[in-house]
Amino acid sequence: MSAIPLTPQPGATAPPPAAAPGARAERGEARRARRWYTQPALMIGIGIMAVILAMIIAAPLITPYNPNAQNLNATLLGPSAHHLLGTDQLGRDTWTRLLYGTRLDLRIAFIAVLFPFTIGMILGSVAGYFGGWVDTVIMRVVDVVIAFPFYVLLIALVFVLGPGERSIYIAITLVGWVSYARIIRGEILVAKRQDYILAAQSGGLGSVRIMRRHLLPNVITQAIIYSMSDIVQDIVAIVTLGYFGLGVPPPTADLGSMINDGQNFLSTHWQLTTIPGLAVVLVGLGLSLIGDGLADLLRPGQA
Amino acid sequence: MGRMTFVFRRLLQLVPVAIGVTIICFFMIHLIPGDPARTILGIHATPRAVALLHEQWGLNRPLISQYWLFLDRLLHGNLGQSLYYGGSALSLIISHLPPTLWLITYSSVLAVLISVPLAMIAASRKDGARDHVVRAVPLLGLGMPQFWLAFLLIYAFAIKFHFFPVSGWGSGFFGHLRSMFLPSLTVALALAPVVIRSLRASMLNVLGAEFVTTARSKGVAGKRLFLRHVLRNAVIPAVTVLGINIGFLIGGTVIIENVFAIPGLGQLLINSIFQRDFTVVQGLALVFAIMVILLNLAADVAYASLDPRVRFSR
Repeated sequence: MSAIPLTPQPGATAPPPAAAPGARAERGEARRARRWYTQPALMIGIGIMAVILAMIIAAPLITPYNPNAQNLNATLLGPSAHHLLGTDQLGRDTWTRLLYGTRLDLRIAFIAVLFPFTIGMILGSVAGYFGGWVDTVIMRVVDVVIAFPFYVLLIALVFVLGPGERSIYIAITLVGWVSYARIIRGEILVAKRQDYILAAQSGGLGSVRIMRRHLLPNVITQAIIYSMSDIVQDIVAIVTLGYFGLGVPPPTADLGSMINDGQNFLSTHWQLTTIPGLAVVLVGLGLSLIGDGLADLLRPGQA
Repeated sequence: MGRMTFVFRRLLQLVPVAIGVTIICFFMIHLIPGDPARTILGIHATPRAVALLHEQWGLNRPLISQYWLFLDRLLHGNLGQSLYYGGSALSLIISHLPPTLWLITYSSVLAVLISVPLAMIAASRKDGARDHVVRAVPLLGLGMPQFWLAFLLIYAFAIKFHFFPVSGWGSGFFGHLRSMFLPSLTVALALAPVVIRSLRASMLNVLGAEFVTTARSKGVAGKRLFLRHVLRNAVIPAVTVLGINIGFLIGGTVIIENVFAIPGLGQLLINSIFQRDFTVVQGLALVFAIMVILLNLAADVAYASLDPRVRFSR
């Protein structure tokens, strides 16, 4: 989805052994176009995320307030020099809570995405590489998980596990691994018919080694690109759980519970509801741009 | 292969999925930390109530026989007794079904009405300015929490301008149509980015097809080309895209029903969670999964019926 469509250069990905003299210049040009800093989407995305990450990491330096410190003498204030975005119904500084809330939700989302990524990758590789009944069993399980609406299964799982950070990790893992398994399996099905895999197999290498050293580096790209939009989905899910009171328990600042607190004051103090949501949208935009930029960078011509 | 054989085959494929769904719903009890009956009923529960629940779920028996008990009850249309509301969980769920079905239908229609024109605009001039604008929509849309979007719409159209009610689902057909507009619009807007993306791609495909070139060479152009030749062939994929994303759409209705206080399955789900009514949560998970499976099947059959090129061969 880059603004600059990349035309695939035939020689760029698989250079022929004896290249014509003109091909070298062409290849060099293709490589230049594929340098990461020439991708506008990627650059803007990285820029947005760098600013956000810097701000949430430096949160204690940026804001003098404690995110949970109440001040009942200064409730529901408008924006001012003391309180950049005003205060909420308990007199807590909205800007401070926004920083700490984003920090918490981003941290949970980035950790949460690792488990489904790993599990989905392993199961997807096994299913795709071995095929047969292993493939059938794993893909049937995938079908079953996909039959549940994402939010229904997520909410039900967090409910039975009890609210809290640990439950969010478990629920997102149980629901999220299927997408990675599907993507990796599809990629492996194509890659395993390539000559270099046949060569590795006839060379007597073990299945685990072939999958880990030869297949994985070639198929992991798609999963990484998908993981960007998956993190966005996870952040939205965490915020949604927080909104329903199923996330991290109060008074810890979380964007979802901030929106929930603010909804009672929607007609008088709309900023309490809108600003935490804007933070989510901004993070989503940054990560989506990175995902799209990576897609253009790593698989030119298919965007 | 005839249409009936196709439908029958698809139904047969659903059997393992349906069994898997019941297994997941069954195992939810065992994900509850500690003694499920005691955890669900809380610390003030009488030993008698706990024992009763043990009996009802067969918690003292081996796992296999517990599952068999669960399946046996399911086949008799029994989802168990609601722990909070009392009475049968199934009839409770059925009584909350109509608003959710309304919301699903209404938002699907709105999603198509929003996505098709936008995808057409984007596809009509590939890589033009309008194309880039339409393609930027998903970037913003993907990271937008649906309930937050709902608040923006409520603030704009219900609080600032009193075009639509803030909550509820109205009464009578036109009452529903008016009250459910904002909720359905929210769900549709959340779904639109995904649909636009796929539709744009499929329209570009159709535009490159030979019959479009033929039509162009005969002098058909502009609106007529789009409406008569491209749209017809591109709407079929829209049905499939909606079918694939039906789980996402239904998940959206769960959230939106709670924002707009619509008495459907989603509100029942969240209420049951707050009342710790495990039986109803379990039953709802099952019903939602069945809905997704059936609507997927319907989309498949519709796709196969709409497109004469599909030979029911899958």
